[in-house]
Amino acid sequence: MADENVDQDRRRFLTGVTTGVGAAGVAVAAVPFVASMTPSAKARAAGAPVLVDIGDLEPGKLLKIEWRGKPVWIIKRTQEMLDSLAIVKDELADPDSDRDQQPEYAQNATRSIEPGVLVLVGLCTHLGCSPLEKLKPGELDSDWQGGFFCPCHGSKFDLAGRVFKNVPAPTNLVVPPHRFLSDSRVEIGVDTTEEDLA
Amino acid sequence: MIAKFRNWIDERYPATKTWEEHVSKYYAPKNFNFWYFFGSLALLVLVLQIVTGIFLTMHYKPDTELAFDSVEHIMRDVSWGWLMRYLHSTGASLFFVVIYLHMFRGLLYGSHRKPRELLWIVGMVIYLTLMAEAFFGYLLPWGNMSYWGAQVIISLFAAIPYIGEGLAEWIRGDFVVSDATLTRFFAFHVILVPLVLLGLVFVHLVALHKVGSNNPDGIEIKADKKEDGTPKDGIPFHPYYTVKDLFGAGVFLFILFGITFITPELSGWFLERANFEPANALQTPPDIIPLWYLTPYYSILRAVTYPLFGVDAKLWGVFSMGFAIFLFFLLPWLDRSPVKSIRYRGWMFKTALTVFTVSFVLLGYLGTKNPQAIDLFLFTNLTWAQIFYFLYFAFFLLMPIYTRLDPVKPVPDRVTFK
Amino acid sequence: MIRLIISMLLLSFAGNVFAASGASEDLDSVYVNLDDRKSLQQGAATFANYCLSCHGIKYMRYNRMAEDLGISEDVLRENFLVGSQKPSDQMDVTMSEEDAKRWFGTAPPDLSLIARSRSPDWIYTFLRGFFVDDSSVTGWNNELFEDVAMPHVLYEQQQNFEPEEYDSLVRDVANFLVYVAEPVKLVRYNIGILVLLFTGLFTLLAYLLKKEYWKDIH
Repeated sequence: MADENVDQDRRRFLTGVTTGVGAAGVAVAAVPFVASMTPSAKARAAGAPVLVDIGDLEPGKLLKIEWRGKPVWIIKRTQEMLDSLAIVKDELADPDSDRDQQPEYAQNATRSIEPGVLVLVGLCTHLGCSPLEKLKPGELDSDWQGGFFCPCHGSKFDLAGRVFKNVPAPTNLVVPPHRFLSDSRVEIGVDTTEEDLA
Repeated sequence: MIAKFRNWIDERYPATKTWEEHVSKYYAPKNFNFWYFFGSLALLVLVLQIVTGIFLTMHYKPDTELAFDSVEHIMRDVSWGWLMRYLHSTGASLFFVVIYLHMFRGLLYGSHRKPRELLWIVGMVIYLTLMAEAFFGYLLPWGNMSYWGAQVIISLFAAIPYIGEGLAEWIRGDFVVSDATLTRFFAFHVILVPLVLLGLVFVHLVALHKVGSNNPDGIEIKADKKEDGTPKDGIPFHPYYTVKDLFGAGVFLFILFGITFITPELSGWFLERANFEPANALQTPPDIIPLWYLTPYYSILRAVTYPLFGVDAKLWGVFSMGFAIFLFFLLPWLDRSPVKSIRYRGWMFKTALTVFTVSFVLLGYLGTKNPQAIDLFLFTNLTWAQIFYFLYFAFFLLMPIYTRLDPVKPVPDRVTFK
Repeated sequence: MIRLIISMLLLSFAGNVFAASGASEDLDSVYVNLDDRKSLQQGAATFANYCLSCHGIKYMRYNRMAEDLGISEDVLRENFLVGSQKPSDQMDVTMSEEDAKRWFGTAPPDLSLIARSRSPDWIYTFLRGFFVDDSSVTGWNNELFEDVAMPHVLYEQQQNFEPEEYDSLVRDVANFLVYVAEPVKLVRYNIGILVLLFTGLFTLLAYLLKKEYWKDIH
């Protein structure tokens, strides 16, 4: 055995190539197994965009729907409510919505496409509780202009979902991707495109 | 650096020692041929089944209302789920292909003979466990064949006098195959039996490494050693058999992938038509046929049609089936030949083994056919099955006689290459 | 129950009475070709118009079908989706099982897997096998499926079309149902060829490696 005529280079080369090809094969074979754990077509169907009719929603009221298992709020804001946004501005942590908590088309003073219609994911950005509606002025304390209050750890948000200073929640509430199919029909889960805005 | 790390480990765990004892300095006979691929391949399929099984378990639902849907969910909605499912179903059948060839190798070269009796018996227990694993797994898709197959097989237990009915009910957990049955079969299939299998495979390997591998000449290589204490006819398992088995694995994977991707049903041999219909307690499939790896025994079961000694045919059938498997366990003691390998046996054993192999294969074939039809020639399938039934048992029961009378050839001192 | 099963088992010893049905029947063979996208689209349209109101294909999702068969979302919304259905919905029937039982005496089966549990040839033969039978409730009977509860829904087509045209229509439905029974069949072969080529390469290398090492022994 192991006589001197053995071509060690060839042996090393073949070992290297076979190991390399084998390892590549194992790596490729791992892909389907890893991929099988991503959300299935069923899960994606359950998380599909939701079409909401807001024709009957009264001004000043909030509509709760479910999208991808999360509460989503749609609020028709009155002029008074919109006016309140400017009043509280100095008390907010991120009044201009600089942090990436909303799609580009909702990065404005009202955090919405239509100023009157606000769409928010109703989960506190602190630890994921669902804040309570305190929509009316004075409902929380005498200075309160209307907004949301998280019962878990006391975070406060205004009527655009912007977070107040000195509360546990670090960022504004999330605005989910959404678009208007008409004045009364909103689709949650699909981004507004240039076309929609035109 | 690496050496230092290895030392650190070795002082705490016998890593190098284990590696050397069982791989790099495990001496195997140098004349292994084609038939010696199947042991390592069986290990490969076991790993394949466990891995694909784990991923299937993530999506499967053991509930009669949901099981069938969840399998189709895997086939369509889960990314690459179809691949996991087909690999698992193809792997199941190929497991038996590999195991049958592995067992046949044992018969050819006398691997069941002294000192490997216990190795053989452990192997047979693995085979039985594997049949149980396949049977439990077959119910899970909750197709119509799953349902009726389980119904029929469990009813076999009801044939046992006195305790039969109660035993069958206990196995099912109900009066028919139902949700209770499905849930417990799921537990057996994914936890209990795989654990037992892994333990048995470990014992099988330990037993193998204790007595050493047999070889196509049936010679004990340990009897003839060099000065350094290694067998003259032995070579280290690593690298020689690791590279050889790597090649074997390549060929095997080629076949596995070929079936998995090109024809996963294999014309109904691996996936049956009737199982694409959900279980229906009111409608039996036209023919209830177990998957091919169980059909030799199914044939034996069906071959008994006459009552005998006041015992009815049904019970004789069940008894015959159990006895047919049990006889394999006795093989080390039924075989009385002075030689092990078929190479040095006489015409008697060679004829007997040929007849047995043909009988086993044809019993398997007939088990998938209607007993009253004529698929071979001259006689009905039932008559042929009865003929092969007798040949099957004759192989075992006459073995002590013909192996003793057999004119054997002299066995050489050293292994040969043929 | 157990006695029933055992007796059935024994019955199958004595003579398999069920064996006559199944694959041995004379079926007209149909040319299945999943690369024929036009045929699959036609089959999908025919199925949606004439079959889907009673027979679901609940394991199939509209959007998967649209994607696989090259049907645009607009066409899907216009021609396939009804009412409030979403593209990701399963192609199930809206009719309840009880209504179906009242109307037809039996619930029309889901056809997601019919091409696998029966065969494409069976579907083709069945759809071509209707004949007028005044003694039956629907006025129809079928050569393949005796006393079938289903009326001949493609009656007008069979009457107005040339025979070849009708055969082609039915063939498209069979073709479509083969796709529905296993959508992954569209890609399975192609992936398989690549995997086999790769495995072949690996096996060749392993063989060379084995030969190289075994020079020591031979």
